[in-house]
Amino acid sequence: MSDIPGDLKFLSSHEWVRIEADGSATVGISDHAQDLLGDIVFIELPEIGQEIDAESDAAIVESVKAASDVYSPLSGKITEANSMLEEQPETVNSSPFEDGWFFKMTPSDLGELESLLSPEDYNETCQD
Amino acid sequence: MNRTSLYKSHLKLGAKIINFSGWEMPISYSSLIKEHNAVRNSAGIFDVSHMAIFDFKGGDQAGFLKKIFANDIDKIKNKNKAIYGVLLNEDGGILDDLIIYHADNRFRLISNCSTREQNTEWFKKHAIQFNVEVIQRDDMGILAIQGPKAIKRVLNSKIITSKVKNLKSFECMFEEDHLYARTGYTGEDGLELVVPNKIIESLWMGAIEKNCIPVGLGARDTLRLEAGLNLYGNDMTADNHPFESNLSWTIDMNNDKRNFIGKQALLRVDKTKCKKLIGVVLKDRGVLRPGYKVTHNNGKGIILSGTYSPTLQSSIGLARVDQGYKNNGEVVIRNKPLKLSFVSPRFLRQGKISS
Repeated sequence: MSDIPGDLKFLSSHEWVRIEADGSATVGISDHAQDLLGDIVFIELPEIGQEIDAESDAAIVESVKAASDVYSPLSGKITEANSMLEEQPETVNSSPFEDGWFFKMTPSDLGELESLLSPEDYNETCQD
Repeated sequence: MNRTSLYKSHLKLGAKIINFSGWEMPISYSSLIKEHNAVRNSAGIFDVSHMAIFDFKGGDQAGFLKKIFANDIDKIKNKNKAIYGVLLNEDGGILDDLIIYHADNRFRLISNCSTREQNTEWFKKHAIQFNVEVIQRDDMGILAIQGPKAIKRVLNSKIITSKVKNLKSFECMFEEDHLYARTGYTGEDGLELVVPNKIIESLWMGAIEKNCIPVGLGARDTLRLEAGLNLYGNDMTADNHPFESNLSWTIDMNNDKRNFIGKQALLRVDKTKCKKLIGVVLKDRGVLRPGYKVTHNNGKGIILSGTYSPTLQSSIGLARVDQGYKNNGEVVIRNKPLKLSFVSPRFLRQGKISS
């Protein structure tokens, strides 16, 4: 398992969120998730401006083997989608925590961060 | 849970393991797409020892096989050849698909893993009247070495006799109890080796040392789908007859005297009205999956197998649809209608994209 950046918070369903300096949130899926999925070949991103609830489905990721929903760790409004992934979905395999981010959002309730998992706690759920 | 003799070797090679019909099998070792491309461009090696191997002893084996098998084994008898076909029930429903080999005056049969017990019972039930003994060869395993460089690398590795280079497509030979056949499930040239479990690891490692890339069941599925080869349980079940499964070519009715099981039911099928199994290519972004609903100008259908095709670099699938279709249709993915083109299920021929 590769190192998880310490500034991330996780859902047990393998999504990460990072609060940026400007207060926006960036969302992606974990290294463990991309490894479970295998070669990623298709990604459907949320629409900009879409309002979304925490833990509701925001995107779709499909590998050769399977399709999987991507849930939003936080509630808020979608401000940006990583459209590069539509042409190069394999970026999620090679760089899940950096170039392979899915979308950015303006969180509506930062208190929701409290219920998310730390990198250590998330790592533990992956060992189960 | 069952394991093949190569289970530990799979773990050492870093395989991800899945449960496949009660067997712990490698789904991939590194990247499914890399493994797929290795088979299309050079050579890959598969452990397919989960498949069921049957030998027969005594009695009228040819008579027995002519009764249970919808293709006619006269096409291979005394010709050192293999033949593909299906087992049918009395209603013409497909019980399994399999390959029968005949060389050195003996038959060997290889069928699917998920139907092992059912086939064993079926064979024993029908073998009695022909005084044939059915022998399960659980002491043997199967390696498939596939790809344009497969033969060359097998010869380089010296794991088996160099005589295999003389085998043409669908020919086979026995060497003592070992069976070598120029067959496969990828649409590429290659060999399948049926050998005792106790020596299989030395052959496996010998081939890998000569650059045969280990390939898991994940790429096996994308490879067979590109070649338009059905997967039993997915593309056809006991509820389907061969004419709606793109398998008319495996039904041999040339011999009026041969009454194979299911023949009478098949004679009653109206081939002009039954559904058809076709190939589909998704023209929009997305990935086809089993169960997705298909429509066309004159009817509807369903996706049976669907995946991303590494060779075509788009999503392909097999679909069973009403007749009356033209060249295209639609599929609904997550409530959105997307465009499909309808094609021959053989997306690739000899490893090249069909035009």
